[in-house]
Amino acid sequence: MSLRIVVCVKYVPDATGDRHFAEDLTTDRDAVDGLLSELDEYAVEQALQIADAADDAEITVLTVGPEDAKDALRKALSMGADKGVHVEDDDLHGTDVVGTSLVLAKAVEHVGYDLVLCGMASTDGTMGVLPAILAERLGVPQVTLLSEVAVADGTVTGRRDGDAASEQLQAQLPAVVSVTDQSGEARYPSFKGIMAAKKKPVESLDLSDLGIDADEVGLGGAWTKVEDAAKRPERTAGTIVKDEGEGGKQLAEFLVSQKFI
Amino acid sequence: MSGSGLPSFDPRDPLGIDDLLSDEDLAVRDTVRRWAADRVLPHVADWYERGELPGIRELARELGSIGALGMSLTGYGCAGASAVQYGLACLELEAADSGIRSLVSVQGSLAMYAIHRFGSEEQKNAWLPRMASGEVIGCFGLTEPDHGSDPAGMTTYAKRDGGDWVINGRKMWITNGSVAGVAVVWARTDEGIRGFVVPADAPGFSAPEIKHKWSLRASVTSELVLDDVRLPADAVLPEGTGLRGPLSCLSHARYGIVWGAMGAARASFEAALEYATTREQFGRPIGGFQLTQAKLADMAVELHKGILLAHHLGRRMDAGRLRPEQVSFGKLNNVREAIEICRTARTILGANGISLEYPVMRHATNLESVLTYEGTVEMHQLVLGKALTGLDAFR
Ligand SMILES: Cc1cc2nc3c(=O)[nH]c(=O)nc-3n(C[C@H](O)[C@H](O)[C@H](O)COP(=O)(O)OP(=O)(O)OC[C@H]3O[C@@H](n4cnc5c(N)ncnc54)[C@H](O)[C@@H]3O)c2cc1C
Ligand SMILES: Cc1cc2nc3c(=O)[nH]c(=O)nc-3n(C[C@H](O)[C@H](O)[C@H](O)COP(=O)(O)OP(=O)(O)OC[C@H]3O[C@@H](n4cnc5c(N)ncnc54)[C@H](O)[C@@H]3O)c2cc1C
Repeated sequence: MSLRIVVCVKYVPDATGDRHFAEDLTTDRDAVDGLLSELDEYAVEQALQIADAADDAEITVLTVGPEDAKDALRKALSMGADKGVHVEDDDLHGTDVVGTSLVLAKAVEHVGYDLVLCGMASTDGTMGVLPAILAERLGVPQVTLLSEVAVADGTVTGRRDGDAASEQLQAQLPAVVSVTDQSGEARYPSFKGIMAAKKKPVESLDLSDLGIDADEVGLGGAWTKVEDAAKRPERTAGTIVKDEGEGGKQLAEFLVSQKFI
Repeated sequence: MSGSGLPSFDPRDPLGIDDLLSDEDLAVRDTVRRWAADRVLPHVADWYERGELPGIRELARELGSIGALGMSLTGYGCAGASAVQYGLACLELEAADSGIRSLVSVQGSLAMYAIHRFGSEEQKNAWLPRMASGEVIGCFGLTEPDHGSDPAGMTTYAKRDGGDWVINGRKMWITNGSVAGVAVVWARTDEGIRGFVVPADAPGFSAPEIKHKWSLRASVTSELVLDDVRLPADAVLPEGTGLRGPLSCLSHARYGIVWGAMGAARASFEAALEYATTREQFGRPIGGFQLTQAKLADMAVELHKGILLAHHLGRRMDAGRLRPEQVSFGKLNNVREAIEICRTARTILGANGISLEYPVMRHATNLESVLTYEGTVEMHQLVLGKALTGLDAFR
């Protein structure tokens, strides 16, 4: 039977743009252009490699996000994924990681899966916990932060590089896996891929399609609340330490004052 | 959005030309721009200084894998992209370096195009898929040491010998020559000028590299030496007899240059704009002086007029309505304006303008070649002059 891979991809505001919060302290997604989170490109790349190595595999890319999030799906489809699923609903505005993981879990179940692949973190929220929560909701093993991954005979194996050691991990499918930016450079969408992506199917779903109550998501359903946001203070001129015999001491004091040591 | 409800002014696209592009067009541009930013820009100044393109085979394979080689051709592993998309790719490549764009132009628009348009089914199957993937690099030999603008006078001669052909002659200034696995060589025969598909390992064929170039230094340029090169009967391109053959290939490549030149100009303009807003003299940014602003405004005007012209020609090509005189129009204007933009940008950068630390001088010197190859400025003036007056001034 065909290996069903679902890759969760997030549409994020372009980090090179001038990003702002909206009045309700959610991210203002209209002000800057968005794109497929770069860290999720690694997940798409690994999905493509796993699919190449398998006899038969189908890759679905899944995103929860506003209308324009379709662009992230298109990009993943032009890299070579087979079909897309876009969950969009006005009631999703302000959803936090708890709500997003619920929506993704329902959508992944709706699609059907053997392997769910995620990035290591989004480039805007950067919590990095979504894959874990998602696995918990799905009730399947989680193998996170892999820098090497392979699938064979219903088992996923991989390597997680820590500061002190590298771990070899393995889990039975179905499972949720997240991959790091060390897992291998993502390919460029080829021109043929770009043309082909136009014709690949993208299914649009809303909350009612997934049987999710509006109260469970959105700003209202969020477990976290942004109370206040302030612009980072302008950079000030650096501190110059003149070494007149006390330089080392002054340096150490500076580092202590900045909580570096 | 500004208060008036109008779209905001984008210094990178002051005329809003991007509105003419489809999502696929933008995606193609994005792929090439990213590839060039990752793979070319970090190294190209060094390649240029050393006068070599060390990873050319790898670069060719990468360009093949994104689909940039022979991209506007159909079948045989080619991407089947539109003329506008091909143009956008040329622009992005040349914004990195004219040498990289030349590699792609010669591969796709000259060597592959000639085989695709004039070749037999066997020739197409034998070469095109491997050229589209970048496994085989191609070159195109028309110019000779004594025959440049007037290729009709070529002396390279292919003689029939039983069922075979035997070719003797020299070609000069041939892009990709020394790294090519296959050369499309134009030669005089008893039946007029014909094209030949010459495998680089054919006995009697060699391609020594031309050194001491002060332009297109990140590009391989070679001499082709053909001494009694014996080829089987099926090495000749069956279609496209006479000069019409090579000239139609050149028209296609030239079309890409209309776009490409604007890439070199854009990169130089952007460097100058950035410099003008950060470099301070007499207590303020030099971009605040009226003379600098006049330069920047004039550069922007010519840059985006040129891009608009390229778009216009691209749409005509996609509609099958692009005439060779119109390509001459575009090549004449865009390369001439591009080199002017680079020279003006250089003045804004002051002494830094002559340094390889900035891209401007590299682009300006590259464009000296672009001004000459694929028909010199004067040739395109003569083509337009003839089309306008009906009087042939150069034969
Ligand atoms: C419709 C909508 C509206 C939102 N509105 C706001 C808002 O107004 N303000 C705000 O700050 N945040 C908003 N969010 C963002 C939301 O809070 C985050 O998506 C969520 O908390 C996940 O956290 P993270 O991005 O830090 O994920 P991480 O845990 O850092 O992400 C890890 C991985 O999870 C996957 N993933 C994460 N998010 C998604 C997703 N949306 N779709 C598919 N895969 C995903 C990716 O594979 C990613 O690499 C909104 C999200 C949605 C869908
Ligand atoms: C880097 C580089 C790469 C190249 N790559 C290739 C390649 O891949 N394949 C290939 O076949 N060729 C290639 N060329 C060659 C190029 O196409 C020729 O250099 C070009 O056609 C001009 O020929 P020429 O140099 O012999 O100049 P000439 O034809 O000798 O011209 C010299 C000058 O005289 C002018 N002139 C000539 N005739 C007239 C006239 N009737 N009226 C007015 N002025 C006239 C010209 O405009 C020019 O200014 C390349 C050249 C360069 C520099």
